[in-house]
Amino acid sequence: MEEMVNVYLYGKQYTVPASLTIMEAFEYSGYQLVRGCGCRNGFCGACATIYRIKGENALHGCLACSTKVEDNMYVASIPFFPLEKKIYNIEEIKPTQEIMMQLYPEIYKCIGCNACTKACSQDLEVMQYIAYAQRGEYEKCAEASFDCVMCGICSSRCPAGISHPQVALLARRLTGKYIKPEAKHLTQRVEDIAEGKFDEAVADIMSKSVDELKEMYNNRDIEK
Amino acid sequence: MSTPYTDEMMESVKKVEATRASRIGAELRRMTAQEKDELLEAFHPDYNYDSFETITVGPNKGEKAPKELVNLLQADSRIKNLNIDLSNPKYDVDVLVIGGGGAGSSAAIEANEGGADVMIVTKLRIGDANTMMAEGGIQAADKENDSPRQHYLDVMGGGHFANVPELVKKLVTEGPAAVNWLDKLGVLFDKDENGNMITTHGGGTSRKRMHAAADYSGAEIMRVLRDEVFNRGIPVVDFTAAIELIKDSEGKAAGAVLKNMETGEIMVARAKTVIIATGGAGRLHYQGFPTSNHYGATADGLVLAYRAGARLLYQDTLQYHPTGVAFPAQIYGALVTEKVRSMGAQFCNKDGIAFMNPLETRDVAASGVIRECKERGNGVKTPLGEGIWLDSPMIDMIHGEGTLEKRLPGMLRMFLRYGIDMRKVPIVIYPTLHYQNGGIRITQDGMSDIENLYVAGEAVGGIHGRNRLMGNSLLDIIVFGRNAGQQASKKCKEVTLGELTLSHVDAFAKECADAGIESSLVSPQILPDYRRKDM
Repeated sequence: MEEMVNVYLYGKQYTVPASLTIMEAFEYSGYQLVRGCGCRNGFCGACATIYRIKGENALHGCLACSTKVEDNMYVASIPFFPLEKKIYNIEEIKPTQEIMMQLYPEIYKCIGCNACTKACSQDLEVMQYIAYAQRGEYEKCAEASFDCVMCGICSSRCPAGISHPQVALLARRLTGKYIKPEAKHLTQRVEDIAEGKFDEAVADIMSKSVDELKEMYNNRDIEK
Repeated sequence: MSTPYTDEMMESVKKVEATRASRIGAELRRMTAQEKDELLEAFHPDYNYDSFETITVGPNKGEKAPKELVNLLQADSRIKNLNIDLSNPKYDVDVLVIGGGGAGSSAAIEANEGGADVMIVTKLRIGDANTMMAEGGIQAADKENDSPRQHYLDVMGGGHFANVPELVKKLVTEGPAAVNWLDKLGVLFDKDENGNMITTHGGGTSRKRMHAAADYSGAEIMRVLRDEVFNRGIPVVDFTAAIELIKDSEGKAAGAVLKNMETGEIMVARAKTVIIATGGAGRLHYQGFPTSNHYGATADGLVLAYRAGARLLYQDTLQYHPTGVAFPAQIYGALVTEKVRSMGAQFCNKDGIAFMNPLETRDVAASGVIRECKERGNGVKTPLGEGIWLDSPMIDMIHGEGTLEKRLPGMLRMFLRYGIDMRKVPIVIYPTLHYQNGGIRITQDGMSDIENLYVAGEAVGGIHGRNRLMGNSLLDIIVFGRNAGQQASKKCKEVTLGELTLSHVDAFAKECADAGIESSLVSPQILPDYRRKDM
């Protein structure tokens, strides 16, 4: 007999197999999901969820697709959270400390409660990456926030009203565009293609018959 | 450490550990062309003829497709018996993009750049797409020892030379510019201290041209594209599905009928050009396979376009990714990125034998795994069925401790959630339905057979022939997504719409009726139904 547990979906009790994820528990109980379900594999952040085990104080944040049910779990999903996304032109802004002050000044109101970190579905050091953003250390912020799926649970717990995922995204884009060194080989290759340096070679291979292509393919050298 | 593996599995792990040191650095032989052909014919699911049916109506009449797709192509329209007022559209735009993944977002950005009034409509949220889940990377021939010509050869060989050459040319020659575009938007590619892109092999590549952002490559690209869509103020109508295309009196694409996923409201969007960027079909679970795809991958765009008269290409070829998760149950069918193999992990059978080169193309690798289990009986038995070991601890042994954590953080996290530390123990894999190789036929400008109907991304057929290489999908959504947006924004300036009509939907229904088809289904499917069946 399969082991079963009691879960409370939006407070209503259902009995489901203990092996299921929270998302599967919803479906097992008869929900046809529209919201709160995206990639089903921990990458998209659509299934932000908070839960509490009956009798315990701690409130947990998680992704419903990647978290197993537990007995006496009280579950509420947050299929949408109103994060504040500021509009900017990536070509015009620069990776200065001032840009964060202009766009997301509320990060300086962080009271250090660390509720964001505790709630993070990805176990990221959220408060720490906000501290990096405050100091204009965008590369560090980018690295510390890299696995963020933008589910927004952190922001739902923040007394200062910070939209952490948006702050982190800005830091990553600044890092990618302005702080990391240019890939010169890529710039060069784009120029060479634009100048037509590869046109002849491509036209030549396109003129080959399938048999000739097969011969070339089967005998091509493969970089070690 | 303790793992959820059974005792029998742990016995087998010991055998894998016993052979590991001798396998490191050993070059595994690649199959000959003939060996590959025989393997595919015997074990690839595309050759499982019982699972295909003949299409009996429409442009591809007489050709084969997976049963599930045929049933949807020939099902009833969702607007049957509805009285839709086309005279008063809720939305009226230059470019209507259907789908909010990487291709749709790239298209919208370029259409906006071209000065068009563009709108995205998506049945879930922008970014709920296979792009978000692409882990391994994006190919582009930008290194000294590489060239678009070399990339072309790999793409054609991987696709069994069935690819449309003009589309491949576009893919490989515009590849570096696509990666450069992303780089300039702020995508955080893996680079060394001098800015050189860190590139690796993928299955079937002859040069190391796989660019990555750890194992969040697609997620990182999608996050940035979505942010850019918002920065540009492009309207995104989410939780709204396109359920039929609308044409004008001259038979050109002219918009879509939309349905609010939550309220059920039916709306009309009129558009001078339409871009289908609806993605793949994994959630149709062809042949009962699990899938690595996102929740909305139900081939909607193929159904819409087909009913409107667009021809499909290679709709009978699917990609089964060799390394889907075979255990534990909670992530069954989820993707284990090919990058795990790129970085040195080998396939091992239950006896710890590395039975094939792990970097054969995906179709060959998947077929090799199936053969090892089904014919040779060397699969690893799990509580869910069987699979093959993917010897992930090799990665840190080859590249140094900490490498797996740094380069494959998503994978590590996914397995750790269920008590499996892939740095210490191998993981069990089996093929999973991953990619729709075929789709809607397009020309070089991205247009389908229907004038002003463009297609980009996984919904396109022909770029990858009969098998796609790793990293060429992230590339194609950018190259062809941008292209579709650019072309559509140019084209819309010369379009004068005639009267809107849905007569093609009626005509297709009549064709089905005349062919004696009585369907109990409606399509597009929009979402799968995973509710418990015995309720």
